[in-house]
Amino acid sequence: MRLSGSEIIIKTLADLNVEVIFGYPGGAVLPIYDAIFKQNRIRHVLVRHEQAAVHMAEGYARSTGKVGVILVTSGPGATNAVTGLTDALMDSIPLLCLTGQVPTHLIGTDAFQEADTVGITASCTKHNYLVKDIEDLESTIAEGFYVARSGRPGPVVIDLPKDVQNSVTNFKSIKVKSMASYKPAKKAKLNNVKLAIDAIVKAKKPIIYSGGGVINSGTKASRLLTDLVDYLNIPITQTLMGLGAVSANNKNFLGMLGMHGTYEANMAMHDCDVMLCVGARFDDRITGNLKYFSPNSKKIHIDIDPSSINKNVKIDIPLIGDCYYILDMMLKEFKLAKSKIDKKSLNKWWNTINKWQKKDCLSFSDSDKIIKPQKALQVLNNELKGRDAFITTEVGQHQMWAAQYLDFYKPNRWMTSGGLGTMGYGFPAAIGVQVAHPKKPVICVAGEASFLMNMQELSSLRQLNIPVKIFILNNEYMGMVRQWQEFFHGGRYAESYTDSLPDFIALANSFGIKGMRVTDPNELKSSINEMLDHDGPVLMDVCVAKMENVFPMIPAGAAHNEMKLSDKDDKETQTAEGLALL
Amino acid sequence: MNDINTHTFSVIVDNKSGVLARVVGMFSARGYNIESLTVAEVDEDRNLSRVTVMVTGTTMVIEQIKAQLERIVPVRKVVDLNNEGSFVNRELLLVKVKAKGERRVESLRVADIFRARVIDSSNQSFVFELTGSAKKLDAFIKLMQPLGLVEVSRTGAVAILRGEKALLKR
Repeated sequence: MRLSGSEIIIKTLADLNVEVIFGYPGGAVLPIYDAIFKQNRIRHVLVRHEQAAVHMAEGYARSTGKVGVILVTSGPGATNAVTGLTDALMDSIPLLCLTGQVPTHLIGTDAFQEADTVGITASCTKHNYLVKDIEDLESTIAEGFYVARSGRPGPVVIDLPKDVQNSVTNFKSIKVKSMASYKPAKKAKLNNVKLAIDAIVKAKKPIIYSGGGVINSGTKASRLLTDLVDYLNIPITQTLMGLGAVSANNKNFLGMLGMHGTYEANMAMHDCDVMLCVGARFDDRITGNLKYFSPNSKKIHIDIDPSSINKNVKIDIPLIGDCYYILDMMLKEFKLAKSKIDKKSLNKWWNTINKWQKKDCLSFSDSDKIIKPQKALQVLNNELKGRDAFITTEVGQHQMWAAQYLDFYKPNRWMTSGGLGTMGYGFPAAIGVQVAHPKKPVICVAGEASFLMNMQELSSLRQLNIPVKIFILNNEYMGMVRQWQEFFHGGRYAESYTDSLPDFIALANSFGIKGMRVTDPNELKSSINEMLDHDGPVLMDVCVAKMENVFPMIPAGAAHNEMKLSDKDDKETQTAEGLALL
Repeated sequence: MNDINTHTFSVIVDNKSGVLARVVGMFSARGYNIESLTVAEVDEDRNLSRVTVMVTGTTMVIEQIKAQLERIVPVRKVVDLNNEGSFVNRELLLVKVKAKGERRVESLRVADIFRARVIDSSNQSFVFELTGSAKKLDAFIKLMQPLGLVEVSRTGAVAILRGEKALLKR
């Protein structure tokens, strides 16, 4: 079959079961858009800014476990995608981003809309390619797709010069299932699995700390992790990226850990004697000060990426491979040997944890005059019960509160920018999620400042006419910046007030979208239900208390057992060492 | 554990455009120091290049460098030669010395001691070629400095394991 480069691109993607491409046309991708126009196997979602295209693809990928596909033009199209690509790299999200490029004979001449896309995206992709020869095109698309989704997933860029898109060659139906150079690990050494099991059985104060790797490994991995938790009756805490792998309902779940994690999760991490880390990477938001991080524990680390082992924290027993396979190996070994953790010491450990839980670290002083952001999320959480909702967030205080006060019962229901902390992520991500799950409730929990960063996508939302709900916790501040200025910079709120805000109802209406505002705590429940029941998109402006801080908090430079629980807690938040940290 | 050591890595990569940029970019992005780096195609049939890179760091950093190199998609194999037993390394040096009279004669004598070769000569200058370990080359440069050394060019080290073991099967 003789096909043009553009037709090969679309056919290869369709054969890989790609259903949707998020993109924005331009000069260097016109042949590909022409090929899209002439077929009906792949749907195209038009965005209003390329960054949003990448975030939509991320939302799509994270809520389905599939590869998100993006198509942008050369030059500014590619450079606008960089933030999204970096976000996907940090959070290990499988993406394939196709970028147009000037024709091969113009590369290097500073041609119109030329950028060194491969050079620019080298450090924000798992891998990237420049296809200079039509004969390499099909194999590169197939290989790029394989690289994006296999091993530790990540974004892949394929740069496509316009002349290659227009050339013609034979279509060969190439499938890539392995590569000579790139060989991701699957199963760990059985020896190490046995060492890990031995350590866990002997533990007196064990804990599981799991992360996004479990979600990436697929729903089967989440089920196995839940089985392991139940079989061992072991406490588990999950990272921001890992929420939902084990249900929030699970009696052994201690809540999220880390800087704004729960008191019980962080205390248990600090005091444990055996830590099983499953698909998480000991990021600085998790560990706090490394010098004091879980000082007396033996650490077992399951990770598909060998570079995660010993990167920040010294590991005693590394298990390199896909969590699903390793959890499966572990569970089988446990059951085969009928080994369990000594009941007496485990009960003692649970008693200690129960004492920490009694601190009720997420309690806050409510008000019947003004909506507390925590309250807004509690009510939202209640009203979402039983609806199998998908939540995305922007970045900042609202994101932490959402992680603390919303419950996730299944994996792939929670999409948030963890590693890069990209304001502007949540709204387009929610559109991507809704594209993948048209019948499910999708809510973007946002702050007003983050929302302003990609609000042009209201136009995309209107065009798609899908029922994404944007739930803005509006405190008129870049809340997390303000909180840090309060704690670390003497309350000098330099440039953190979100001045000149639009009237969000009028803004929504101007796009033909329903706008709502709620200011009275007593109307929260009815407003939220009105929003959820509306058969279409809604932008809801929730006017919340302006100076609320996120607690608990491990101050920068402090240890897990030095948490500040509330504004009344007189624990020092400002240390010389902490000031230099982020 | 926190001792800083120098390690020599042999990295077999697909000989494709941009691979060297990826290797070098990884070092700069993660703030690791490169002491020296060389690259050339070594297997035309399989289209493979070999990068030899010398790095310094603590054990944890050296381990991390290996893991990070292995993450680069077109990298086939990474070997920390220091962990594989004994290896030899060599570097090529070209030195230009501009001198007259006694200093010119003395530079030839020093070159002879080091078994350096003269590969270019004019009335007032020599270009010497010398291979050896980095230390040997350093010593040669030091001795040539007072004798009129005007320019140095070095390749950086290449290395190979001693004995019959090969990094890749033929």
